[in-house]
Amino acid sequence: MYVRPKPPSDDKRFKQLMREMKRHGYARNSLIEVLHSAQEAFGYLEDEVMKFVALSLQLPLSKVYGVATFYSFFTLKPQGKHTCVVCTGTACYIKGADRIMESIENEYGIKDGDTTEDDELSLLSARCFGSCNLAPMAIIDGEVAGYLDEDKTLKWLKGVLYV
Amino acid sequence: MSEMKTIHSLEELEELAEVLREEQKSKSRITVCTGVACSSLGSEELAKELSEESKNLENCEVKKVGCKGLCALGVLVEDDKNMYHSLKKDDAKNLLAMMEGTQESSEYILSKDIPFYSKQKKIVLENAGYIDPDSLDDYIAADGYKALFSAISDMERSEVIDEIKKSGLRGRGGGGYPTGLKWSTVEKAIGDQKYVICNADEGDPGAFMDRSVMEADPHRVIEGMAIAAYAVGANKGYLYIRAEYPLAVKRIKLAIKRAEKFGLLGENICGSGFSLKLDVRLGAGAFVCGEETALLSSIEGKRGTPTPRPPYPAESGLWGKPTLINNVETYANIAPIIRNGGDWYAKIGTESSKGTKVFALTGQIKNSGMIEVPMGITLEQIIFEIGGGMALGREFKAVQTGGPSGGCIPRDHLNLEVDYENLKSVGSMMGSGGMIVMDESSKMVEVAKFFMEFCMSESCGKCVPCRVGTVQMYEILKKISKKDGTRKDLALLEELCDVVRNTSLCGLGQSAPNPVVSTLRFFKEEYENLLVESRCHISISKEA
Repeated sequence: MYVRPKPPSDDKRFKQLMREMKRHGYARNSLIEVLHSAQEAFGYLEDEVMKFVALSLQLPLSKVYGVATFYSFFTLKPQGKHTCVVCTGTACYIKGADRIMESIENEYGIKDGDTTEDDELSLLSARCFGSCNLAPMAIIDGEVAGYLDEDKTLKWLKGVLYV
Repeated sequence: MSEMKTIHSLEELEELAEVLREEQKSKSRITVCTGVACSSLGSEELAKELSEESKNLENCEVKKVGCKGLCALGVLVEDDKNMYHSLKKDDAKNLLAMMEGTQESSEYILSKDIPFYSKQKKIVLENAGYIDPDSLDDYIAADGYKALFSAISDMERSEVIDEIKKSGLRGRGGGGYPTGLKWSTVEKAIGDQKYVICNADEGDPGAFMDRSVMEADPHRVIEGMAIAAYAVGANKGYLYIRAEYPLAVKRIKLAIKRAEKFGLLGENICGSGFSLKLDVRLGAGAFVCGEETALLSSIEGKRGTPTPRPPYPAESGLWGKPTLINNVETYANIAPIIRNGGDWYAKIGTESSKGTKVFALTGQIKNSGMIEVPMGITLEQIIFEIGGGMALGREFKAVQTGGPSGGCIPRDHLNLEVDYENLKSVGSMMGSGGMIVMDESSKMVEVAKFFMEFCMSESCGKCVPCRVGTVQMYEILKKISKKDGTRKDLALLEELCDVVRNTSLCGLGQSAPNPVVSTLRFFKEEYENLLVESRCHISISKEA
């Protein structure tokens, strides 16, 4: 009989993940749901987590990795203390989202998808949050920042970083 | 609600609705818009403050509601008499004084007679901005679930499908496939297990109609799905919602739970033996998953890559079973059609496109927001009457519809009557309903490059024309926008448009060239002015 793997460490979050998989009856088709919960708990999908999920759901690791890299919502890199997700949808684009992105890139020396060396800020982009009336907008640490321009964005970031 | 019990029949439901309506009539209501735009302007705080301040007023309740539409003038609040606009989070006291008439209010009152509201026709959005999305009572008082219960108790499955056919409703996800026909194909398909799916993977950038509908009136979508499930013979369904819409996910999940608790969903609904179990599946940020076969792969827990059709999902869909897939707005139209009849719906709109369409009106326009208009209204009416014209006093240049699969429509075609066929005839498409207005500051080659970059990175990589073609088209557009492109490049770009359109596996690739084709059709001089040859020409003529 197949024996489900033990968590790789006694990190509580693995227990939580196990419970989540059990709730889905260890169904292979619940992979995306499970990865969502894993990312919520761990912040990103580290190798160890993906291996554990693969073994538990009896899927090849390549399948899990394939799904994790296919969907842009999943990240395989740890995130910084703060995150800034700039919307690059059409409405934001025609109102200058590229300039906002650029201003952050220049100020903090990171590119879209990167984290600053001191792990303070991760810069990300999103396809559209459906908040086009606030264009151009970003989500900074979960908070909606609308009607942005370069100055306003940098000011907002100064307000949350290194404090 | 606490005394409410399982509802077993249409009569019980109607009685309850009557009681709830009486209860509502006895109170005066203040509704505060908590849509995304108003929330970010502090409407949550304002609502809280208003509840505090109005505590001592007799029979007054403050309700947080979904989007009221005119996002550009938020925060919006409405009482039984007036709508108030441009409020701030600490305006509670002032607002109550205005409502009592002890404070001057004229500059805050928004007349409902302005074209923004008077030119609209609300069917899908009839409850949006009026009912509390988390309250099943509010939905039932607004005739909620009446259509489902009358379908189950008074109509044969075929009669339901006939009614939808009569209405002329077509898929609101963009394709425009006749909904009734789709339903009857699934109904006829042979299988012991059938599924209904709601496509809420609203991926078009610049489109937020489905989000607003789910956030403002979640039960309407569920009721539409339940009627569909009854009609096609499904007992299990999924709502596939983007992970970028956490509030919509929360509201839909809560709505399902409440509906189940009171027997409006679940086992043996309305004592008829008809059962339906609904579940939510989260998307994970892949545009291609809006394509129905890719969406099915994703629900099955796999990479969201499309498969060739046929077989169509109607015959072989989720786990190989007959599956009905409709978009959020399509389902949101179902309950009113069943309540009022297919003929009523078919009276609205044009010959080929019936009913209304919800659009997200954004870009360089004054009244940005969410609107619902009858099919057949002209673009000019939408942009200059409802939309109030251009912001910042600039000149109109083009309106983009249909997202990355659509096109840019220039000034000459503003008198176009909006319907599926007309939009296609000018190289765009209905799409899910994003309408982005651009002024003279937008450069069309850049816009085409923006959409091509989008399609390039969202291509799933399964078929060559899309995976390679979009990269090549993007590179050429980049070259042209840097003023390094030649006539030969432009010719190659046009050829690639043709190849990618005709040889790609799914809708993403087939429509990826559209933004290029449409800008080439209407704004070719902008491309030509950037070519190496025209630069040489200019410099030579200067020397001469």
